[in-house]
Amino acid sequence: MEMPAPNPAILARKARVVERLQSVLPKDAVIHDEAETRAYECDALTAYKCPPMAAVLPSSTQEVSDILRICHEEGVPVVPRGSGTSLAGGALPTADCVILGVARMNDVLETDYENRIIRVQTGRTNLSVTGAVEEEAFFYAPDPSSQLACAIAGNIAMNSGGAHCLKYGVTTNNLLGVTMVMMDGTVVEIGGAYLDAGGLDLLGVICGSEGQLGVVTEATLRILRKPEGARPVLMGYDSNETAGAVVSDIIKAGVLPVAIEFMDRPCIEACEAFAKAGYPMCEALLIVEVEGSDAEIDMQLGLIKQIAQKHNPVELREAADADEAGRIWLGRKSAFGAMGQINDYMCLDGTIPVSSLPYVLRRIGEMSKEFGLDVANVFHAGDGNMHPLILFDANKPGDLETCEAFGAEILKLCVEAGGCLTGEHGVGIEKRDLMLVQYTAEDLEAQMAVKDVFDPAWLLNPAKVFPLSESETRRAQAIAAE
Amino acid sequence: MLRPETEAELAEIVAGTSEPLAVQGGGTKGMTPDGVVLTTLGLSGITLYEPGALTIVAQAGTTLAEVEAALDAENQRLAFEPMDYRGLLGTSGEPTIGGVVAANVSGPRRISVGACRDFALGVRYVDGAGQIIKNGGRVMKNVTGYDLVKLMSGARGTLGVLTEVSLKVLPKPEALATVIVHAPADDDSAVRAMSAALGSPYDVTGAAYVPADGQVLVRVEGFTDSVAYRAGQLQDVLKDFGEVTVEASDASAVAWQAIRDVTRMHGVDGDVWRISVKPTDGPAIAARLEALDVMFDWGGGLIWALMPRGTDLRAKLGAFDGHATLVRADAGTRAALGMFQPEPAPVAAISAGLRARFDPKGLLNAGLMG
Repeated sequence: MEMPAPNPAILARKARVVERLQSVLPKDAVIHDEAETRAYECDALTAYKCPPMAAVLPSSTQEVSDILRICHEEGVPVVPRGSGTSLAGGALPTADCVILGVARMNDVLETDYENRIIRVQTGRTNLSVTGAVEEEAFFYAPDPSSQLACAIAGNIAMNSGGAHCLKYGVTTNNLLGVTMVMMDGTVVEIGGAYLDAGGLDLLGVICGSEGQLGVVTEATLRILRKPEGARPVLMGYDSNETAGAVVSDIIKAGVLPVAIEFMDRPCIEACEAFAKAGYPMCEALLIVEVEGSDAEIDMQLGLIKQIAQKHNPVELREAADADEAGRIWLGRKSAFGAMGQINDYMCLDGTIPVSSLPYVLRRIGEMSKEFGLDVANVFHAGDGNMHPLILFDANKPGDLETCEAFGAEILKLCVEAGGCLTGEHGVGIEKRDLMLVQYTAEDLEAQMAVKDVFDPAWLLNPAKVFPLSESETRRAQAIAAE
Repeated sequence: MLRPETEAELAEIVAGTSEPLAVQGGGTKGMTPDGVVLTTLGLSGITLYEPGALTIVAQAGTTLAEVEAALDAENQRLAFEPMDYRGLLGTSGEPTIGGVVAANVSGPRRISVGACRDFALGVRYVDGAGQIIKNGGRVMKNVTGYDLVKLMSGARGTLGVLTEVSLKVLPKPEALATVIVHAPADDDSAVRAMSAALGSPYDVTGAAYVPADGQVLVRVEGFTDSVAYRAGQLQDVLKDFGEVTVEASDASAVAWQAIRDVTRMHGVDGDVWRISVKPTDGPAIAARLEALDVMFDWGGGLIWALMPRGTDLRAKLGAFDGHATLVRADAGTRAALGMFQPEPAPVAAISAGLRARFDPKGLLNAGLMG
């Protein structure tokens, strides 16, 4: 993945920029020593690394405003960073940028159970939002796999999803308001503890804008009461087609599970070897989870098992207790770890219409042979969000490039099947140059026009989301304006 | 009236004019911006419907009735429960699916499943320069680039004329029950009752309060046994707020339609305002209005107020956390007060900037949203 060359004029005034930042922040909040900036050289897309010119760790909205105002005046690009767990390179620095990390801003500002909201600073981790309300039996619904580490700031930037979004939606469906700092330092309040926008739905376009429109420092989130209980059922089938048909039949029957997870044979084998969850060896495995009281769960699972039986499962296993439920989820939850044991891997996240599942899986299998790299599939089947994991060896020359080429072909296949490049990870740098597969130049122009309005100088996370060729004129203007 | 039959024709019309256009679907929402009427009614038809994928795609001018009939045949529905404005506004014609998305029209179920914008998966539209743009798609999870789908939902045609929308749909529940709290002590107590119900684990899909009737309505939907169980549990949750009864009949479906369409204000003289607030702020705000009639939906977070004609409700309220929309009034009042709550300066600047970029000639429903 190509990144724009650093601007020597910006590098030349590093000392002045650092000095100005130090004038508005505590001493330990400005990191500029080359050895220390390395800590911010990459996010979870570790194949790409570049230490930033400096990193700043503000503790308040006011400090964020001061930082952005200074960087705006100095013409320095700013890359916002939550916890750095992006799989798409959303927080990858350039050598001439300032990383703005919100990790120190992790306070709960307000919990309000009557109105079912929580207001937090956005450096707070996803799981600790639930942690702040679980003693009252409430929770924050979006649950990305990285929820132990990932920050709400990053969730908002990427519009993160999770395993349970079939029922509860993704970040954008659970975000009610933000305090956001614009690139020129202006602080805006958008939305609040009410349910709809008074004018244009700006919140809707801010969520998922990958840190390119502003830095969100505080967020009002919807919290929900925990269900009485939840229980999964596991089913194995001898073909992907059959498992796909089961998913479709469950949805058509009017049951709305909270999660329907799908694993193919390579994934089952790897997970089984790693976690020993007792999975059956078959072509496709489904984990379906439903919620409610015990009686409600029994009823829903009864219906689901009826549907499952019609398609001749090789295995159908219901969790009798919490321990068995844990074992059913164990393999799925360790899928990524299991893959990491085998090799380096690249995780994709294209989404497809559920009906195209068998076709897309068959084509991925064929392509795996063509490219000579193994691929395992684990994904959120209810909403068609795939997670093909391509295995490669980072130490073998050319393997990363082959892997990326294979990944690009899979994502093109997703778009061709009626889907999209990314369902929950975001574009970042990873899928940036594939955007023209899904959108025309005019479609992208409409999106870039939004950034023009929020960040006219194109200083916020400028080299992401849009193919460099498409954003070049705008980024060049920013440089020329100095 | 301009009535293009294809997206390309619509694009040609917009590209070729410098006169203001009053963009509408079926024209049932009573919006009357200046300009030649441009209707999307000629762009009609369901292009794709996959019940197993919970997805429908339709051209913008497809009537809501046609979409709902197609879904009904597969035992599915638009879960966000779009309101029908005709009775309240005294308009005629057929609401279109494009109009529903353009105005982000959502009903009582918004409190649990989300608004229209939460179900909008993709759009195609013609911007103010006459360009055809697409955003989103037809899959449920999509974070590829900026979410212009949300931006178009609720923009009321000011950023572009919708030509096609794709929506997530949900299964129709087998049963419905309404738990009714009779004669709550006061408005605060009524909102607290709704908060208690919505904060319970019993999946409430509607919570409304009609002060004049002295009734709090709490809705549960789903499989028959489950509905009976949850309605029973909610009776217990709500017992301290007043006498509680359960209605599990068609009558209760009619009651929810009356809430959705604000039936009690149909044909009654006065202006109608819609105020969005934090639910527990609702009673105090409603008390300040000196309204002729009020009704609360969304657990108290949505106030419908009937006001004496010409009243500047926003002036009465002063600064508050939320916004007020003027839904029904004569032309003079609408011109004087504006339909939408004025935004704080930095937010208004963003909105104006977006309009200038999406509609550089200022043609589309000019002045409607600021």
